Amino acid sequence: MSFDGVWPYVFIAIAGWIATDIWRWLGVIAGNRIDESSETLNWVRAVATALVAAVIVKLILYPTGVLEASPLWLRLGAIGAGILVFFASGQKQVLGIAAAIGFLAAGLSFIGI
Amino acid sequence: MKPGGKLPGFSVAAPELRMNAEAEIEKRPVSHWFVLGMRGIFSVPAVILMLSFVGFAAFTAEAGVPAAQVMFMTGAVWALPAKVILVGSMLSGAHLATAFIAVTLSSVRLMPMVASLVPEIRTSRTPTWLLLVLSHFVAITAWVFAMERVKDVPREGRVAFFAGFGVTLTSANIVLVGLVYGAVSEFPPIVSGCLFFLTPVYFLTSIWISARHRVIYWALGMGLVLGAFFYQVAPEFDILLAGIVGGTLAWAGERHFRRGGAS
Repeated sequence: MSFDGVWPYVFIAIAGWIATDIWRWLGVIAGNRIDESSETLNWVRAVATALVAAVIVKLILYPTGVLEASPLWLRLGAIGAGILVFFASGQKQVLGIAAAIGFLAAGLSFIGI
Repeated sequence: MKPGGKLPGFSVAAPELRMNAEAEIEKRPVSHWFVLGMRGIFSVPAVILMLSFVGFAAFTAEAGVPAAQVMFMTGAVWALPAKVILVGSMLSGAHLATAFIAVTLSSVRLMPMVASLVPEIRTSRTPTWLLLVLSHFVAITAWVFAMERVKDVPREGRVAFFAGFGVTLTSANIVLVGLVYGAVSEFPPIVSGCLFFLTPVYFLTSIWISARHRVIYWALGMGLVLGAFFYQVAPEFDILLAGIVGGTLAWAGERHFRRGGAS
């Protein structure tokens, strides 16, 4: 599509803004009816977490852009290195992330991406 | 400064200290909690998200989407995965309705995310319109950050704390994509690749750290396994199916385990 004029903004407002905010508004309406200590909230928490987990695994297994050309073993190895350092360091988030990214960067330069 | 006068809300003090501090801070004005939320911009999650947005700016610059439109969609859509799908639809010349459906289906997760956050932050006097406005600032980073940290904020200040963090984080990223847009198109591929990979690694570790209920670990595991499974089986609805089926299985399993362990 062309990126000139007002049309792209209308497109973004309808297919982006409204398409995402309707779920947030429905979430407010649903959340207002849920008691903080109820079993329903436990289920909603579980579903929300599993949805985010599914987004995560897609980003790792089926990435877009540069990483599309990288081998799967490298991405899984980077995640493994991150998890290893994360738990070995007593759940230090920054160290886990640094290990994963370091592993990935080393691998990418090794295979010449 | 009074004792508890600099309670950061970010660190966990000894229980008796916290109780004293909480008695002290109950009286603090709402603006205090808003500013404390704003300071979350200097936290690790905020910095990682901003690096991810640098990656997103590189992606859109490469794709030829003008900077003003990238800034507009950062503020209007906010959730990063939804924006990636939106840009993909725009590039492929998809019909408005097709793009709407693709983005909507990818964003269903926002509903349970908001629904689980609202009971944690509202009070009986919080107006619904305020929650509707603030819900716009919910995306994975703000959700993980808020679920992790609101426990250290007295209930009266939680809505203001989230508002301070959410508004600041979104505004900062709108400015950021505008500033870096021109500079990032020349990134070496290895840098773009690493920026992209920050997002999943950060989400994964954040969920693990912020989990306060055992069911979260079970749901995380189920979502990861079923996310990969449903991508192969039903790629159009993979996220949705993995979330509902995986989340329900995790919830039912954990509940069964919990009740069995109690008897």
